[in-house]
Amino acid sequence: MSDDIQTLIDRLPRLGDALVVTLELTIGGALLAVVVAFLLGFGSRTRTLWVRGPSRVVVEFFRGTSLVVQLFWIFYVLPVFGYEMEALAVGIVALGLNYGAYGAEVVRGSIESVPRGQWEACTALNLGWFHRVRRVILPQAWALMIPMLTNLLIQLLKGSALAYYITLHDLNYWTDQLRRATSDVFFSYTVGLLAYFAIAYLLTWAMNTLEERAKRRLGRGTRRPSVRAALRLAPDVGPRALAGKGVAA
Amino acid sequence: MSPETVWRWDRAWEVLPHLLEGLRITVLATVVGMAVASVLGLVIALAMRTPSRWLTVPLRIVTDFVRMTPLPVQLVFVWLLLPTVPSLVIGCTVLGVHYATYMSEVYRAGIEAVPRGQWEAATALDLPRSRTWLGVVLPQAVRKTLPGLGNYAISMFKETPFLFVISVVEMFTEAQKFGANTFSYIEPLTMVGLLFLLVSYPTSLLVRRMETRLA
Repeated sequence: MSDDIQTLIDRLPRLGDALVVTLELTIGGALLAVVVAFLLGFGSRTRTLWVRGPSRVVVEFFRGTSLVVQLFWIFYVLPVFGYEMEALAVGIVALGLNYGAYGAEVVRGSIESVPRGQWEACTALNLGWFHRVRRVILPQAWALMIPMLTNLLIQLLKGSALAYYITLHDLNYWTDQLRRATSDVFFSYTVGLLAYFAIAYLLTWAMNTLEERAKRRLGRGTRRPSVRAALRLAPDVGPRALAGKGVAA
Repeated sequence: MSPETVWRWDRAWEVLPHLLEGLRITVLATVVGMAVASVLGLVIALAMRTPSRWLTVPLRIVTDFVRMTPLPVQLVFVWLLLPTVPSLVIGCTVLGVHYATYMSEVYRAGIEAVPRGQWEAATALDLPRSRTWLGVVLPQAVRKTLPGLGNYAISMFKETPFLFVISVVEMFTEAQKFGANTFSYIEPLTMVGLLFLLVSYPTSLLVRRMETRLA
């Protein structure tokens, strides 16, 4: 056991490098996913069939074909057509497109949950489309979508562990290397999983803070959350969270 | 390169039987995994309702831990720990346990959504605890959890390719094997993707229908 800990300490600098790769994948994938989600989410709501149709097809396509398949397709098959990317870019693009498609449903559902009266009030005030969305609809929809986006962010982090299988040296790779060095499966994988858990915990905490801010801007979360409430991890996965928004897996 | 040389139909037809064979394992893993998840998820949800903190706090930590760490890493972990157990068994169990942590939240929400009046009525009728749960609360709660169960079944189906990390030969691994042997990934990987879409999209439409009907 003490040998294990010594090996772990020797490998801590490399853990830093591995964390950077995992975080690059997670943050990069999440940023791309947000852009994709908003584009496709709004696209799925337009009246013109020429925009709505393709948006729906793209969303259903990326949700329906598994992340693993997409990742390896971009890695192995796209170069055949002359689009060769670095492995890191492949990971970010695959994660961003897949979770962006899931996010598009969240964006669409949340915008639809904003009461109709809000849109009508905007019309009454003669606000332009951009103004409506930016000042009235999005602040309300944003507070609704954050819990579901948090779930997706954690899913994305977990999906990033696949990067090891497209030659990237991420946290999963580091864990495997630690196992080879210590030849102690239980120790190395517990450390690796704890590292993932720590990242997921920090991300959840950051998103909870973001949600609290969004609610306070709407005048809903008047009280500062208790420490326990801020540290709670309970995901919003029940049927109630998704009910009536047409958000299906 | 012209498209004819890139995509070859003869290779596509050649790989299809392998993929359908793999699809069988994929569906099997999903069904077994979902059975484990729905039973274990209910057990977790019920255990979380006990007043004893000595049970709920550790259980909460364990479920959060399982839920927030990557499935591929968990799979490899268990696979290396138990080298004698067949990888398909490990795959189904880990999938099931991973999704049980999600399912427990769905059950919890379903149980909490049963109106208080139902509990009070059961008390007024002096029903024993077992009948309160089995005859009154659970039937109503489970009905509300069916769409959630369906959604997780679909997403589990799409996560079975993760089983390639412990070399379970399901649909994706079949495609990869074929690709590695023929140095051509385009036909097998494209067709695997389309097969996933072909199964998961109609199922998700069904679940959506169920969602609106049970809502």
